[in-house]
Amino acid sequence: MSIEFDTIAAISTPPGEGGIGIVRISGDEALEIADKVYQLGNKKISEQVSHTIHYGNIVNPKTNTKIDEVMVTVMRAPKTYTREDIVEINTHGGVMATNKVLQTVLQFGGRLAEPGEFTKRAFLNGRIDLSQAEAVMDVIRAKTDKAMHMAVTQLDGNLSNLIKNLRQEILLTLAQVEVNIDYPEYDDVEEMTSKILVEKAKEVKEQVRQLLDTASQGKILREGLATAIIGRPNVGKSSLLNVLLKEEKAIVTEVAGTTRDVIEDYVSVKGVPLRLIDTAGIRDTEDIVEKIGVERSRKALADADLILLVFNQSEPLTEEDRKLIKVTEDHNRIIILNKMDLETQVDIPELEGLVDKESIIQTSIVTQAGLDELENKLADLFFSGQTGEKDATYVSNIRHIALLQDAETALEEVIDGIESGMPVDLVQIDMTRAWDYLGEITGDSVQDELITQLFSQFCLGK
Amino acid sequence: MQQYEAGNYDVIVVGAGHAGSEAALAAARMGSKTLLVTINLDMIAFMPCNPSIGGPAKGIVVREIDALGGEMGRNIDKTYIQMRMLNTAKGPAVRALRAQADKNMYSQEMKKSIEQTPNLDLKQAIVDELIVEDGKIEGVITNSGAIYRSQAVVLTAGTSSRGQIIIGELKYSSGPNNSQPSIKLSENLLELGFELDRFKTGTPPRINKNSINYAVTEEQPGDEEPHHFSFETPDSVYLKDQISCFLTYTSTNSHEIIRENLHRAPMFTGIVEGVGARYCPSIEDKVVRFSDKPRHQLFLEPEGRDTDEIYVQGLSSSLPEDVQLAVLRSVPGLEDAQMMRTGYAIEYDVVKPYQLRTSLETKLVKGLFTAGQMNGTSGYEEAGGQGLIAGMNAALSVQGKEPFIMKRSDSYIGVMIDDLVTKGTNEPYRLLTSRAEYRLLLRHDNADYRLSQMGHDLGLLSQERFEFFLDKKEQTAIELERLKNIRLKPTEEIQSFLESKNLPPLKDGIVAYDFLKRPQVKYDDVMEFVERKELSKEVKEQVEITIKYEGYINKAIRKADKVKRMENKRIPENIDYSAINGIATEAIEKLTRIQPETIAQASRISGVNPSDIAILMVYVEQGRIQKVAIEVE
Repeated sequence: MSIEFDTIAAISTPPGEGGIGIVRISGDEALEIADKVYQLGNKKISEQVSHTIHYGNIVNPKTNTKIDEVMVTVMRAPKTYTREDIVEINTHGGVMATNKVLQTVLQFGGRLAEPGEFTKRAFLNGRIDLSQAEAVMDVIRAKTDKAMHMAVTQLDGNLSNLIKNLRQEILLTLAQVEVNIDYPEYDDVEEMTSKILVEKAKEVKEQVRQLLDTASQGKILREGLATAIIGRPNVGKSSLLNVLLKEEKAIVTEVAGTTRDVIEDYVSVKGVPLRLIDTAGIRDTEDIVEKIGVERSRKALADADLILLVFNQSEPLTEEDRKLIKVTEDHNRIIILNKMDLETQVDIPELEGLVDKESIIQTSIVTQAGLDELENKLADLFFSGQTGEKDATYVSNIRHIALLQDAETALEEVIDGIESGMPVDLVQIDMTRAWDYLGEITGDSVQDELITQLFSQFCLGK
Repeated sequence: MQQYEAGNYDVIVVGAGHAGSEAALAAARMGSKTLLVTINLDMIAFMPCNPSIGGPAKGIVVREIDALGGEMGRNIDKTYIQMRMLNTAKGPAVRALRAQADKNMYSQEMKKSIEQTPNLDLKQAIVDELIVEDGKIEGVITNSGAIYRSQAVVLTAGTSSRGQIIIGELKYSSGPNNSQPSIKLSENLLELGFELDRFKTGTPPRINKNSINYAVTEEQPGDEEPHHFSFETPDSVYLKDQISCFLTYTSTNSHEIIRENLHRAPMFTGIVEGVGARYCPSIEDKVVRFSDKPRHQLFLEPEGRDTDEIYVQGLSSSLPEDVQLAVLRSVPGLEDAQMMRTGYAIEYDVVKPYQLRTSLETKLVKGLFTAGQMNGTSGYEEAGGQGLIAGMNAALSVQGKEPFIMKRSDSYIGVMIDDLVTKGTNEPYRLLTSRAEYRLLLRHDNADYRLSQMGHDLGLLSQERFEFFLDKKEQTAIELERLKNIRLKPTEEIQSFLESKNLPPLKDGIVAYDFLKRPQVKYDDVMEFVERKELSKEVKEQVEITIKYEGYINKAIRKADKVKRMENKRIPENIDYSAINGIATEAIEKLTRIQPETIAQASRISGVNPSDIAILMVYVEQGRIQKVAIEVE
């Protein structure tokens, strides 16, 4: 956790519930960052009057891709919760979009807020009075300890080793640059040329990029594969759910999301973590088709990584079934033909014309037939049939993702600096930053590391 | 011993090495009636090790001392025999000046400056005891019974503190270069409750310059282009007649001799107790630790104009005398070397620096300051920087004023002191550019920009010098503004210039300021295309650096600004950390020991976690609120 008064950002709404997510940015650079990611003509957030709200888009300025359509609230210090400049971005794209907006904000200047950090700032900036101090202290202590514990436990051994290796590579390079600077007459070390440095930066950046590419997969591993079970009433959704939620398999986990803690239903199927999203909704309402037009259901679909589309195979496909096939066609889905203990009425060739044949499974909840096949299918789908990927390294924590992005940007700046002809000792500043960011992930950022490296690697002295 | 009252002073400085000289001069110049006592008046600002000043990081410290109104820069400018700017092929942040000094002249000139300074008495004496009453310093007592009373004392005893010289099997009590050691003062410090450490350093043999075969060595002359340490020394006095250094190497034979005699080396026989520095290893250390290196560099450095002694840099050793001689003679060019002084290791006491505040005042005794090697550093420049700060703060404490404290983003001196008091050191501490997180802000060229105002406010930097600086600053600002307002058109001249530099041609007009941003374009190049103004090379340099590295400099400034609020959050003295609910045990122990002065400092203590800091901040903030509430009542 950084203790600097830099600009922080986080999602400030509980996840899942409600169609709106708020990304809050607080600090001196809040408006500047908002300017970078907000787009609507020439409008600038920093030029807006305090305590006003503005329609626009969040756009990644680097790739020029639109992230979400938003409302942005501008609140200038000191009349804000933290007594700092605050920008709140109201997204209405659900959890995924809110997360993306947050990641974009983090990529262009903010740091992910630690749990309780907005409140801590409010306090430290004199917003909360003395009577609340003790309580705040407890919150900070509880949340910080938990966050630290989480940070450690979430850091998978593979990832940790990988990052440690990357840091070591950077360190060797840095030591060589440093020895050239602090011992310019020392002859035993190759002069660290721009060429070597840029090669090293590119190499490390490539590896950081690869880690970031796994990030979305990693997120699934950690947060579970968001799975929605849908189908007409009475096709057996609830039974399927109950089967999946079998006592021995069900794990009720308190998931630390990026900003807050919620309890969700988790099941592990052949090592694939499934997060049954919006399950309450599915349990309560049987007339999902009617609700397709409804925001909530659309959101459930949008958020899903996987759809389990259930049909009753003892009845012919209905118009509603066909509609469901249509609205889920862009999703990863498994078509479950349930009630196979009864006579088949569904026109299988017709169905195979509508959906991928491979995605069809026949089951019977009553006889338990086909359930193993379903579980295998889930596992295959997740691991893409490549067993090797089970050992792959995943980056799952949004804090880690943000730090990797920072490291990547710093490495890009190394490359840009060298390409525009800057001296090695200047671009080295960005190389050091990349090293620091990676160190924040593994919790190693001891300044003396470099000096220790210098003297163990080179024979220096008078 | 019959004692007698020998005089009253504001500030007494004990020890006249590089730290003590700066401390005494600073205190006296700030108006304190000052006494400087030293064991040997012929060893003022003496260089018992290498006869040189400066180098990476260290050279910048000398510039900082000069910008604040200290003496080291001026003194070396009067007494150098060779000057070189290092790292010229690299960026501006790491350029560093280094001078070879005429060792005797350096000492004599410093003595002269001290003697000529008003308010400053210089005496030869050995201080045995400190007078401390109610936790406050009251003066010192010498071995001849003289009692000098004062309100502040600065101790800069260096390697004299229970010094012990070691040469092979020989070990004896001595200060540097066989001077008299200071024994009782260390004992007195222990009695007062100070914790001491034992450090080790060493020096190589000196040989006669007429016994060297220079033909097999490589000459290293000084620079043609003039540079000086002090901002006030004009280029016009640059020394033409410089003396060269020479480079040679150890041979495999040298390493063989060392290996054969390792059983006689103190580091292996266990005679040495003190901890040596990794960056100042003896030759036997290097041969053992880097056994695959076939040879090590040796620089032959003249010790002055009027002496035949040559310092053999790279051959620091505490091997027995006969082995040192054999090793010397195994070096190409030194086959007939005549050893004039034997190399030695020296062990000495240091005050564990966590016992100090960032003002360099001890936490234990009010008005008592320590500086230099005594605080665990190594190097004349590190000593000088601390001496200056301790001297200033001694004077300020006498005047009842707040101490002068530098941040890590202000100077290398600030980095060093923060490192010492916050992290401590378990070996002699040397400044390196890599210790500074704001290296780009702490440059050789901008020490005056960083510190002149401070030096002036303290009353150390003369009015004349300050005005000289203000003029430079103004000219720089005017020139920067001018370049922002000149537009360069893509003329044939410019395009062919760009082509000659392998740069793409201009598509459009461009302001001169932006044109100069190209790393390959120099200020003087731009002057080919715009009206030339008569500016000093220092102003041109500032203009060029400011423009060219603007992006990087701004990044560094932002980084420093982020910590500033933490730097400004002061922690009250004498906090009972164990009474704060929720701070981890390790953090309580560290915080209690170090008693950080700001939240930023606390956050730099290893073993203190962010959650401890968060709670500490709440606590500190709570204290503030309580105070406000009481005032309202």
